[in-house]
Amino acid sequence: MPRPIDSPIIELRDVAKRYGGDEGLQPTTLSLGAGISVLLGPSGSGKSTLLRLVTGLARPTAGEVRLWGQALTTQSMGPLRRRLGYMIQEGGLFPHLTALANVTLAARFFGWAVPRISERVEELRALTHLPGDVMDRFPIELSGGQRQRVGLMRALMLGPELLLLDEPLGALDPMIRAELRTDLREIFRTLGQTVVLVTHDLAEAEFFADRVVLLRDGRVVQHGPLRDLVERPTDPFVTRFISAQSRPGAPA
Amino acid sequence: MSLPCRALLLALVAGLTSMACRRTPGEVRVGSKKFTESVVLGEIATQVVRDAGLRAEHRAQLGGTQVLWHALLAGEIDLYPEYTGTLREDIVKGAPVDASDESLRDWLARRGVVMTASLGFEDSYALGMRQDAAARFNVARLSDLRDHPALRLGFSEEFLHRGDGWPALRKRYQLPQTDVRQLDHDLAYRALAAGDIDATDLYTTDAEIPQDHLVVLADDRGFFPGYRAVLLYRSDLRERSPSAVAALALLEGRVTLDDMRRLNARVKMERVTERVVAADFLSATLHLAGSAAPEGRARRVSRHVVEHLALVLASLTAAIVVAIPLGIAAARRRRLGAVILAVAGVVQTIPTLALLVFMIPLLGIGTAPAVAALFLYSVLPIVRNTMSGLAGIPHSLLESADVLGLSPGARLWQVELPLASPAILAGIQTSAVINVGTATLGALIGAGGLGQPILTGIRLDDLSLILEGAIPAALLALVVQALFARLGRVLIPRGLRLRRDA
Repeated sequence: MPRPIDSPIIELRDVAKRYGGDEGLQPTTLSLGAGISVLLGPSGSGKSTLLRLVTGLARPTAGEVRLWGQALTTQSMGPLRRRLGYMIQEGGLFPHLTALANVTLAARFFGWAVPRISERVEELRALTHLPGDVMDRFPIELSGGQRQRVGLMRALMLGPELLLLDEPLGALDPMIRAELRTDLREIFRTLGQTVVLVTHDLAEAEFFADRVVLLRDGRVVQHGPLRDLVERPTDPFVTRFISAQSRPGAPA
Repeated sequence: MSLPCRALLLALVAGLTSMACRRTPGEVRVGSKKFTESVVLGEIATQVVRDAGLRAEHRAQLGGTQVLWHALLAGEIDLYPEYTGTLREDIVKGAPVDASDESLRDWLARRGVVMTASLGFEDSYALGMRQDAAARFNVARLSDLRDHPALRLGFSEEFLHRGDGWPALRKRYQLPQTDVRQLDHDLAYRALAAGDIDATDLYTTDAEIPQDHLVVLADDRGFFPGYRAVLLYRSDLRERSPSAVAALALLEGRVTLDDMRRLNARVKMERVTERVVAADFLSATLHLAGSAAPEGRARRVSRHVVEHLALVLASLTAAIVVAIPLGIAAARRRRLGAVILAVAGVVQTIPTLALLVFMIPLLGIGTAPAVAALFLYSVLPIVRNTMSGLAGIPHSLLESADVLGLSPGARLWQVELPLASPAILAGIQTSAVINVGTATLGALIGAGGLGQPILTGIRLDDLSLILEGAIPAALLALVVQALFARLGRVLIPRGLRLRRDA
């Protein structure tokens, strides 16, 4: 169904989340449209909580989360979740299933035919640059980067309209990290999906983001293109956060 | 136990045990108490019935008087040997029954039970001491005991608590002894011989009396009632199997006190099986062919192993079927889990023997109550491990399953149970090993199995018989252990085993 360009895909209306600990979210109103949005902030700033609220894994203490204009409730959760893919650090793979079984679990559950599944797996394997023999291995037998790619395949399997990634490059060593980062951006471009990516790393945000949501202590400090954050910071924290992570000579 | 509980238990056990306790219609089932004389008489009755061309089964050493009496009333057995004194003191109790046999027969008839005439001997209770000790203390009569308050007494559980046992005896003779302990009747003889106790209760037909040079103390105040040996059978046996009743009548008046002492001695001292002793007796006195075809040791062991495995398999299967869902429920709802664990924990603390005895009024004797008791013991480890296995799954994996869109059912089967499978299997293994050991106690309530030779071995003080049960039981536990290690390689997903090896 065609949809107006400017209609928000993710909407938070006065959404708050209180936990016993500190990783909560203050009442927040936020709209995210198509393209790649990066939720950026130091640890404990509430960026992961925000992402979990969008997946429905966390229920808001107050306010309402809307996806594609529809409120995320217990009833709508199932159909809405089928339209999104979610990937966490280390891929969140099931250790008892092979890479292939991990990737195809949901498709099998939803009754996809075998040829359709194999076709889709081949498509995604090419996209994520995974060698074929990797698919028969168990997560414990995979490298960190491979695990992440398998996790991505699993998130993409059902062809989600919205892809959510929580620290996708978090636990990798620098070489693999750079390689996967490039591949990820390529994949995002190829698929043209809406992506929300959580990171604490400014360079990553800069690499991926069409727009950045900077969070601190459960509040959105500034939201917009990274250039705006650099050139027109709305808060001294924005400048502090950016300059603390900027390397000499980097374009930001 | 409430009625629904009971019904559930019955339904559960009935299905699983049907394979283990085949009941042939028209078969006469003979019971006996767990002491040699009763087993010998039971065997004699069984062979007499068989000799009349009928099928008969001897369920030997089922337990004490109450167990046998209730088994008879419930139709679990058709007949068993009893003593008139025991009947009056232990079963009739306060009922208005006078000293005549007619009065006793009337009372029994109202309960559907018939008593034969005396088999020919009397086996009274008495107290006995070693000859040397009796001479040292100068004791010959029960009233002499009054002068020796420091004497150590060891009594069988039954004598210690029955109406005509120790409490009444002590009152009648005003006995001052305070060092009174409870001992198994057969162990009491050993304790007496070893000098650990000075006097014990015994039966006047016991083979040990001449053998161990024991003195039977004279009952100078006529305290002990007469204990004529009889057979009790269900009155419906007359319709069902008149020839069995006719065959049993052949035994009336045919067993003398000397006969009985000799029969007891052959079993206890010469280690001849009851089966052979009974057959020899029948061929000598009644000129019957008997059916003494002795069972070879290998055959006997394999029969006990099969019985044992039937108990273990039935109870363990039931436990798995019940405990895994309980464990899942417990993992889902913390409060329910606490209740389930508490209940299962309490069941686990009930001594095995007590649990087996609780089962008798509910399920009678034999395989069913033993399976039920073993089932109850097997539940806790499986529930606990299922629960902890599920609770130990990383939260992120469950969330991954949820976001993938799996239904709760699919999440359980595809993700949670496979991930918890090592813990669940370990729980089942624990249950199985406990079960194999505990099942040996099933013999106490007539369930057979490897406990049977152990029980008989203790009764006969025969180490080789005890080992005949104990060694296969120990081996079986090791086999079960090894089997589960194998099973783990099949049932636990390879991805998880790799992690454990790493």
